[in-house]
Amino acid sequence: MSTSRYRRGSILRSLFSKARTEPAAAMPDIVPGIGLRGSLQLRHVDVGSCNGCEIEIASAFAPTYDASRFGARLVASPRHADGVLVTGVVTRNMAGALERTLDALPQPSVVVACGDCAVNGGIFREAYGVEATLDSFVNVDVRIPGCPPHPEAITQALRSLTGR
Amino acid sequence: MVLFMAGLGCCVLGVVAATVISLERRVIVVTLVGSVGCLLTFTAASQVLVSGRAESFHSSLVLPLAGINLTLDPLGALFVAMTSFVGVATLVYCVGYARGELRSRSALSLLLVFLMSLLVVPAASSVVTLMFFWELMALSSMLLIMVEQRRRVETRVAAQWYGAMTQLGAASILLGLLLLSTKGGQTFGDIRSHVAALSPTLRSFAFVLTLIGFASKAGAVPFHVWLPKAHPEAPSPVSALMSSAMVAMGVYGIVRVGNDLLGGGTLWWWIIVVALGVVSALFGALHAVTSVDLKRLLAYSTIDILGLVLIGVGCSGALAASGHPRTAHLALIGALLLVVSHAAFKGCLFLGVGAIERATGSRSLDHLGGLIRRIPISTALFVVGALSIVAVPAFSGFTSEWLLLQGLLHGFVGKSSPTLIMLLVGVVALALTGGLTAVAFVKVIGIGFLGQARSTAAASAHEVPRTMQIGMGILCIPCVVLGVAPGIVIPLLNRAIQTGHSSSVSRPVETGIGLSLVHLRGAIEPMLLLAGFVVIVAVIAGANSIRRRPARKVEAWRGGGDRPTARMQYTATSYAEPLQRVFADVLRPEIDVEVTHAVESHYYEQSLSYESRVGDAIERLAYQPAIRAVTRVGLAARRIQNGSVHRYLAFGFIALLIILVVLA
Repeated sequence: MSTSRYRRGSILRSLFSKARTEPAAAMPDIVPGIGLRGSLQLRHVDVGSCNGCEIEIASAFAPTYDASRFGARLVASPRHADGVLVTGVVTRNMAGALERTLDALPQPSVVVACGDCAVNGGIFREAYGVEATLDSFVNVDVRIPGCPPHPEAITQALRSLTGR
Repeated sequence: MVLFMAGLGCCVLGVVAATVISLERRVIVVTLVGSVGCLLTFTAASQVLVSGRAESFHSSLVLPLAGINLTLDPLGALFVAMTSFVGVATLVYCVGYARGELRSRSALSLLLVFLMSLLVVPAASSVVTLMFFWELMALSSMLLIMVEQRRRVETRVAAQWYGAMTQLGAASILLGLLLLSTKGGQTFGDIRSHVAALSPTLRSFAFVLTLIGFASKAGAVPFHVWLPKAHPEAPSPVSALMSSAMVAMGVYGIVRVGNDLLGGGTLWWWIIVVALGVVSALFGALHAVTSVDLKRLLAYSTIDILGLVLIGVGCSGALAASGHPRTAHLALIGALLLVVSHAAFKGCLFLGVGAIERATGSRSLDHLGGLIRRIPISTALFVVGALSIVAVPAFSGFTSEWLLLQGLLHGFVGKSSPTLIMLLVGVVALALTGGLTAVAFVKVIGIGFLGQARSTAAASAHEVPRTMQIGMGILCIPCVVLGVAPGIVIPLLNRAIQTGHSSSVSRPVETGIGLSLVHLRGAIEPMLLLAGFVVIVAVIAGANSIRRRPARKVEAWRGGGDRPTARMQYTATSYAEPLQRVFADVLRPEIDVEVTHAVESHYYEQSLSYESRVGDAIERLAYQPAIRAVTRVGLAARRIQNGSVHRYLAFGFIALLIILVVLA
């Protein structure tokens, strides 16, 4: 993990200064058995998240970690996606929406659980509005633990799918 | 000729049958007799077309003083054959369609009178015969438009417009033909032999006068205003006959008078014809795109196709006048083939709309939708007509427009500049019209037949009687045959155009299954195209079936919204809206937006209503002022003629005094 390289300075200097994107970490192990390589279009579904994961996802795709350079991309519809990026524990109100989104995905597809809540329910596991854990709905391919997970962890998890 | 007269006799018999037979069997007997008549005339016309020998008939018994002169030459025979074919299909269709007023004595007998006059007009070979049957055709069709006048008042307005326009046109034709027959007799043979003795000015006058009349019958802009009113209001079989056969008589008249009687003429005559054609083609196509009423849409598309025909006829005349008979013949063949295929596909489409109206009770696209699942057979037949009109290869519209285009394109080499400009404009108009027609019919199929039903009537539509489907099916046959194997009718067309031009080039188009142009580079084999298409489709289908995953059925993705309703679909208006916006200067849509503000605050709206209509701009800007002016003159005249007998006596007395004073 590195500290911010942000420096005060003129716009002119910023044009010539070095890129501030994090250098790529070591290549993670590739998830086997998934027919997707090189590019990954994901539909993000928030099924009951506290928005912590969303902030981290936003920064994973922001210039500093820039997950896009490894081929991952967030898209606006499951019809355009290769898989879903699920955050939060599956709440009663969002269970139907999750099911419809999973139905709408073209096959084969991947399911990425982002954050402790999606991985195993996290601290909301026994809460009254919770329907079930994500695992009881769908076969999860990649899990990103953490509450919230670090942007680099998210990026690494996506790299394990894209293989770049 | 015996067969032809027998056919006409059958039509007369049908008229009699319509008046005497009781209601239960009236329709079937009348249509049967009429169909037999049409088959006889069709045989007679085909014989003439195949042999190329004209046949004549003269009788002084039928019409007093002048008698009737009929000559079935190949040009006339082409139109007779076409009309009889459409006639058979229409009559068969009528068996299932006729209900209510159309089964009455008057309507059925008028239908056969109309059919008979349509058959006689192209065979007429004297001014009196032509005008007599022309008027009979106009009057009978005008009354047929009003068949449903008790239920729908609009039919009366439509008939009024039609009557006025057709009478003005007939007067113009009569005047023109009378000018031609000043030097000798009134038969066409006399006119042909004396026409050289007439002064060029007189000939030009006669041509322009007849052109106005015939062009108004052919629905050429700006004489078209009757057409989008009359076609929609008539019962569907009548609309079909009017649009496929009667409108073609306008083209027949122009070819007959311009090419045959006057023997070609000068360049500027034909420039007028092309100008009329270009304007009608574009105007008709644009209105077809924006129309919501199916029959109105078809009426405007008639204007547009007939415009293309006029472009072909005009370019052919101009090329002949500037000494290029070969390309002239080519363009004329294209134009005539387009007339023939228009008769087939437009007849089919009008009958199809009749079927839709029968099945759903509406002909407005905004009330239809999803018909392909409710009335699959009618839909399939309608689609054949639609594919034909948008000139998809292997359908008749494509072959005829291809020939027309070849005629125009091959005319380009080394011509005088007016001809060149004219050909260029013609080609551009043909291309643009083709595109707009495609948009119009994609709209019809997409909005009307696909998607969800927009009304309960459309959702519960039932397939129409079998005879109606057969009627449409009969007209689908030439749509496909002329498209796949156009070669079989080309010799007949070659013969039909020989009548006109004296400088005869025997065959501009080689015969075979496909078409190839003689002495010009250009050939087409629709059969091969079709075979190639079938092979490609089969290969793709085969490849798909090999590596297909099992299908998975899930609900449509709707982005978290509600289930889509029929009201969320594209409507006919919204589909055409972009084009309507682009061509707003031509179409002049009238748009009303009415906003009612809330009492509490001006910033809140209580209700908002939006209405947009695309009326006929030419009617509004040219005809309505003229009608108002006539009305004003009429009202002014009432000051003199106010109904008071005393005043009339005073007029007489004063006139007498004046005469006495003058004489004294």
